[in-house]
Amino acid sequence: MELLYKSWPWYVAGPVIGLTVPLLMWMGNKRLGISSSLRHICAACVPANIPLFKYNWRKEIWSLFFAGGLLLGGFVGGWVFANPEPVAISAKTSEYFSSFGIHQKSALMPEEIFNWQTLFSVKGFLLMIVGGFMVGFGTRYAQGCTSGHGILGLSALQWPSLVATCSFFLGGILFSHFILPYILAL
Amino acid sequence: MKKNIGYLLAGLVFGLALTKGEAISWYRIQEMFRFESFHMFGIFMTAIPVGAISIFFLKKFDVKTVEGEPIEKPKKDFHPGIIIGSLIFGFGWALTGACPGPLYSQIGSGSLVTIATLLSALAGTWVFGRVQHLLPGGQPKS
Repeated sequence: MELLYKSWPWYVAGPVIGLTVPLLMWMGNKRLGISSSLRHICAACVPANIPLFKYNWRKEIWSLFFAGGLLLGGFVGGWVFANPEPVAISAKTSEYFSSFGIHQKSALMPEEIFNWQTLFSVKGFLLMIVGGFMVGFGTRYAQGCTSGHGILGLSALQWPSLVATCSFFLGGILFSHFILPYILAL
Repeated sequence: MKKNIGYLLAGLVFGLALTKGEAISWYRIQEMFRFESFHMFGIFMTAIPVGAISIFFLKKFDVKTVEGEPIEKPKKDFHPGIIIGSLIFGFGWALTGACPGPLYSQIGSGSLVTIATLLSALAGTWVFGRVQHLLPGGQPKS
């Protein structure tokens, strides 16, 4: 029983994530990718005559069901069977977080900064609203995200996906080293 | 509808692996970008070969889809927007600790404030569509 609540080591989670690629191909020639679901929601809700959103999104409805599954997966794994232990990050990262008053009380999100009150502060606005905007804008510009380029594209040995993966890692590394500390200090 | 339930279940498995593997954890993403643990790299370094070997065998044994169609190999075209867009996405990933998939799973795990992040990601996607014709990097086809 206890096993259900435990976090999975990388050598369990990684292969399961990788197997999603052939699973979706086998189920109906579908390509693993989540950022496209954001596009379909835009196309369904506010197409506004924008060329990028003028297509039959109903044909891509599987992607919204897949996204719904991701939500359910988070619910089952992170709520119903939530790991009661705080995340087992390295001592160095833990020390870094402590210097900003962030303590690992949970496995997933630091409540100290991701809550409704901080959302309306400069810090929360930058972390959630500006951050979210860049995720949506950037992935559409790049036509894919960590799953579409990083997992699927690299699995299919597509060099443009390697360029994408290197670029978003570079972006993340630069940002978290040189800019994020100033935001966390706010 | 039956097929869509199948995709929902596939998403559930994927989301469960992301969640239980802590790939949706803001803490883990920071740790990864700071190169202070192998955990996240281990996930990528197992997921990609498993995906690649699977595609290889699907092709080698000419496996058909459930409906008997030939399986097409995924193809990604290059355009300079891949670099610019991915850099911007990387910044957002460092801030939110989430790529698009984890946004859904974070909400599911009870971080309801992430709904705001998701709405903002939708706004970002929409604004990209609105200003796409003004941006360098080519016009993505699809």
